[in-house]
Amino acid sequence: MRILGVLLLAFIWLISAETNYRENLSDYGFFKGTIKDQIPADGVIPYTLNSPLFSDYASKLRFVKLPAGQSVAYNPDSVLQFPVGTAIVKTFYYPIDERNPKKGRRLMETRVLLHEAKGWVALPYIWNKGQTDATLEVAGGSDVVAWTDASGKKQSFEYQVPNMNQCKGCHERSGQMTPIGPSVRQLNDGQQLQHWETAGILKGLPKDHIPALVNYSNTAASLDDRVKAYLDINCAHCHNPTGPARSSGLYLTWDSKDRTAYGFLKSPVAAGRGSGNLSYDIVPGKPEQSILHYRMASRDPGVMMPELGRQLTHHEGVELVRSWISSLPQ
Amino acid sequence: MKLLTFLLSLLSLTALAQADFEKSLQKRLILAEDGSTIEIEAGRFQLTKTLSLEGKKNITLRGKGIDKTILSFKGQTQGAEGIRVSNCENIVIEDMTTEDSKGDLIKTMQVKGMTFRRLKAVWTGGPKSTNGSYALYPVLCENVLIDSCIAIGASDAGIYVGQSKHIIVRNSEAYENVAGIEIENSLYADVYNNKAIGNTGGILVFDLPDLVQKKGGHVRVHHNLVKENNLKNFAPKGNIVGNVPKGTGMMVLAASNVEFFENQIINNATIGVAIISYYMTENGIKDKDYDPYPTAVSIHHNTFERKPRRVPMDSRFGKMYRFVLRFGRHVPAVVYDGILNPAKVGADGKYPLDYSICVRDNVNQSTAFLDAENNFKGLKQGKDLFDCDLEHVKSIKF
Repeated sequence: MRILGVLLLAFIWLISAETNYRENLSDYGFFKGTIKDQIPADGVIPYTLNSPLFSDYASKLRFVKLPAGQSVAYNPDSVLQFPVGTAIVKTFYYPIDERNPKKGRRLMETRVLLHEAKGWVALPYIWNKGQTDATLEVAGGSDVVAWTDASGKKQSFEYQVPNMNQCKGCHERSGQMTPIGPSVRQLNDGQQLQHWETAGILKGLPKDHIPALVNYSNTAASLDDRVKAYLDINCAHCHNPTGPARSSGLYLTWDSKDRTAYGFLKSPVAAGRGSGNLSYDIVPGKPEQSILHYRMASRDPGVMMPELGRQLTHHEGVELVRSWISSLPQ
Repeated sequence: MKLLTFLLSLLSLTALAQADFEKSLQKRLILAEDGSTIEIEAGRFQLTKTLSLEGKKNITLRGKGIDKTILSFKGQTQGAEGIRVSNCENIVIEDMTTEDSKGDLIKTMQVKGMTFRRLKAVWTGGPKSTNGSYALYPVLCENVLIDSCIAIGASDAGIYVGQSKHIIVRNSEAYENVAGIEIENSLYADVYNNKAIGNTGGILVFDLPDLVQKKGGHVRVHHNLVKENNLKNFAPKGNIVGNVPKGTGMMVLAASNVEFFENQIINNATIGVAIISYYMTENGIKDKDYDPYPTAVSIHHNTFERKPRRVPMDSRFGKMYRFVLRFGRHVPAVVYDGILNPAKVGADGKYPLDYSICVRDNVNQSTAFLDAENNFKGLKQGKDLFDCDLEHVKSIKF
């Protein structure tokens, strides 16, 4: 009986106190007013990226909160090295009708990245049906989401919230959890960084020569720059020399100089049927013979890239890469 | 609290609905404290997503036995792998069957101390190119032990150790894969007491270009049964094992310091043992640091048996054997492509002993030097073309 009692206690403990992290998004106080309106509280700064990651056509709201009185140092190359105590907050949502914002939106999940003394940790909070709060779900979850797209077409699919381990599947450098988005090249839209500097949270911003990625959907930019930006945010978080896909030898970082490592006539290493019976990642002039294009277009979990955070095909992204590969001299 | 968690982690999971089972098992892997054991009860469980373990130390994931605890990933909707372990230390997965994932069945990456024990990893629908690539797949790992495992139906390699260091693969079985057991770009491996039967190629030791861990080698392969590896190659094109000829017993591709001894190499229709350079794949090499030549390979005290027959025609090798080399019904047990690294060749046109290919004291030994780089003009055949002795490769101890 005693053993049973201990086990019961243990079970209750597991359910009630499974992590030390806050159970509800509202517990952090990131937002003021009605939480679903996502109005940042004082010290919480909204930001945008030049070329955002594709996440099943979800829209995103991004915020960062540095510990009071602290700042981050400018660096042109990698994600900004935010101080311990920083929180990065990202909310995923779908407008009910993309043609009419007044119809409102459905918040799906809010991911909170906390920079603790031992490193970054990523916590997925799932919004409740009433949209009154979001609750921590370490094992992630899924729910059907439906909306009307810009062309008036009804869309629906089963939205997946990643579990804590899957978060690290992308947010990893040399085994350490790390943010992906907020680098200078992503934040540099001509005013955002300057605003951060004025607010005192960014130090050392130079006057010029600040790198910037183009927005990949900006058709006024060059095809090369758009693809570079697209592959950098959608692929290079894993496909870099210290990322989770380092074993592949395919590195799609924006500043990659090695054409073979960037995929040009590069044979796959352990792609298996992900190769799609094709020989090389990129065959200049021939998108239909390029594994990169094949895996981006696929929705088969054993083939598709990225392998996490995507259920749908990003048609605009596939089209961009298709026209870029077509344009490359053979 | 530690004690409670420990007690709790020894508890088997109770019977839950499949979805609850999946979520609760995943949750236990996420919340597991270092040092705990996670047990899975007997039964067949259907999973829809990759089960992942990340950033933990000293964790054991244990079922009730092969074909007693079965995790099936048939109809998987998310993630490519069945089980994925990354950035961990001292992980044991044992006593269960995993089936039918979309991609690899068990992939472990960047793990120091990874044990696979008494596992069966299988695609149940027979050999198909739509099967996942690897059944058991440690990559960028150190101290890897694969013991008493069974791998069936992989469209690349059943047991595949890639870019790793200090490896033991023993007492395991590989059937109906493209490659039965493959050691690729890996250092210090000991592969023994295994059976590789009915694959396209039995046991392969490969070094490939453009990878993080460049150089493999120091690989011993001994006391294995390598039999009837005559399965049609069903690898999707573009993958290097797609080049492995049907009917290959064992192959060394561009690896160095490799020793094959006391293996039974029986009725593999095309090749007993082939020692070839990367040039034979006819893929270009752009990696400046890559060494495409196999060197210091020793093949001794193996037993070769092969029923006389013409080689199968459905590979480039097969066609080459038939039409160019005209080997007929008796093909040499050991072939060496003879493409030598010019920087290492002495004045006599040969390697010094410590780079040599040595073949000696095998039962039913026959050898061929293909002279592939000169269009096979210098083709030689004989019993003892490579009669020499190399220093033994050391056994592995963790």
